Amino acid sequence: MSEPDGAAKAAGTAGPMVKAEAVHKHFGRVEVLKGIDLEVASGEVMCVIGPSGSGKSTFLRCINHLEKIDAGRLWVNGHLMGYRQKGDKLYELRDKEVSAQRREIGMVFQRFNLFPHMTAMENVYEAPIRVRREGRGKARERAAALLERVGLGDRKDSYPSQLSGGQQQRVAIARALAMEPKLMLFDEPTSALDPELVGEVLEVMKQLARDGMTMVVVTHEMGFAREVGDSLVFMDDGVVVEEGTPRDVLADPRHQRTRDFLSKVL
Amino acid sequence: MPGSVDTVKPDAAPPEAIKAVPVRHPGRWVAVAVLAVLAAMFVHMLVTNKAFQWSFIIDNAFRPNIVEGVRTTVLLTVLSMVIGVVIGVVLAIMRLSGNPILSGVAWLYTWFFRAVPRLVLAILFGNMGILYTKYHVGGVPFSEQVGDLLGVDMSGTLFSINANTFLTGFMAGLLALALSEGAYMAEIVRAGMLSVDPGQNEAAGALGMSRMQTLRRIVLPQAMRVIVPPTGNETIAMLKDTSLVAFVPVTNELFFQLKSVGDKSFNVFPMLVASCMWYLVLTSVLLVAQHYIERYFARGTALAGERRAGFRALGFGGGK
Repeated sequence: MSEPDGAAKAAGTAGPMVKAEAVHKHFGRVEVLKGIDLEVASGEVMCVIGPSGSGKSTFLRCINHLEKIDAGRLWVNGHLMGYRQKGDKLYELRDKEVSAQRREIGMVFQRFNLFPHMTAMENVYEAPIRVRREGRGKARERAAALLERVGLGDRKDSYPSQLSGGQQQRVAIARALAMEPKLMLFDEPTSALDPELVGEVLEVMKQLARDGMTMVVVTHEMGFAREVGDSLVFMDDGVVVEEGTPRDVLADPRHQRTRDFLSKVL
Repeated sequence: MPGSVDTVKPDAAPPEAIKAVPVRHPGRWVAVAVLAVLAAMFVHMLVTNKAFQWSFIIDNAFRPNIVEGVRTTVLLTVLSMVIGVVIGVVLAIMRLSGNPILSGVAWLYTWFFRAVPRLVLAILFGNMGILYTKYHVGGVPFSEQVGDLLGVDMSGTLFSINANTFLTGFMAGLLALALSEGAYMAEIVRAGMLSVDPGQNEAAGALGMSRMQTLRRIVLPQAMRVIVPPTGNETIAMLKDTSLVAFVPVTNELFFQLKSVGDKSFNVFPMLVASCMWYLVLTSVLLVAQHYIERYFARGTALAGERRAGFRALGFGGGK
């Protein structure tokens, strides 16, 4: 149900939305990513699972250059992230240029990271006004529509502290969508939520996937991965151990490490 | 044990509200009694001791030169705090920037102005006129020396100020206070900025906001909650430190004026009491202002509602 769908969507554009080649990252002497090769097609929903400390969140943060990679290359929508290549030489991009690259990548954090001193509305239209120089009226209108879309049309003027975790995360999704990104990154979006609030956030994400958004989702929600994901990646100890359709990986894992992990979480 | 569990009947009347006898606090009443006696003794002393000369205080505490002194003191406080806060914010940003030169300069500034006492600074700035008779603004460094070598006139200054008129009195005092305040404010602002969750920076960065936008729109407004209370402290300290400019010398400042009335009339003590009262009044006004500023920056937090109740909770009524 998902594989041909993703492929069909991908056929519309030239290259993959995300392309990682031998991505390495270390913090001090700890090697967190030991050579990641991945491709995410346009319109594809890729779920990344793995034990904590496997490097999956770090990899996600490398995609929008919140973390600098130490070796390898990473492209998003054809742009080499964080660098400009001239011949054999790499030049670091200026902060401004990095910001410009990030504009087409939305990110949703585990701990929401909403701006606590702004209302839901202000959270959503802040970046469109400051970064995209949108007019106030138009930005407000779009923000209202986005909040409506995530089911929070009646909580526009609430501050984050007045919202439940699930509502906050939905505002965070609306905030990311306000920049009209081509790619959405989700870093364990439901891990900080009470169990009964997980569903409402996943529902918004499913809708987003149905609308054709390219998504990379680091998650522990196997049900979501099975239902919505076009591909599933299992990471452990800084490497991609296994990659395939969610059905294949979840039902019939090829590697022992995947089997061990799945036996603990399923 | 009778282990039956009552199930809730939907149509049952709600149970009677609890009317329990509250916990008594006899210790509080004892404390009130003791304090009342002490307060009565104090008031008795204020009223009966002739040395206070209340009528003299009332007659002299509002003389024109003293009101002028209040004006100067308030003006000095406000101006030096405004300049100090601006310097502090700039220094804190420099200090936390990735640029080693900027952060080094900020560190050096803080090091110097925190090390030198304000009193010494005030006197030092008052005597700056010894160094230069004229300040050249916009001049090229060493231009005159180079000009001399080449035999041409190269005094390419935009305008110059006579140091002895510019850097005496009010200006010297203001500069001494403001520059020293900047160093303290830098540390307060830095602490405030560090208190903001790093996730906020990441979220703003992920949205494509620049560093300056993130700082101005996201980090500083949140840091204000941490910055405002110690800044209130600094403002009150500044109000009192304005009395140091008497050594610059600036003579139309509040304490100097009050003391001079006392000295001239040989009624020193009553005017010291008047000083206490003036500073109490001014500080109280500042406290009210601080309360409203804090409430503004607490928006979006649970504290916003509680603050309102804060004044009421001082009484015994809400005691727990």
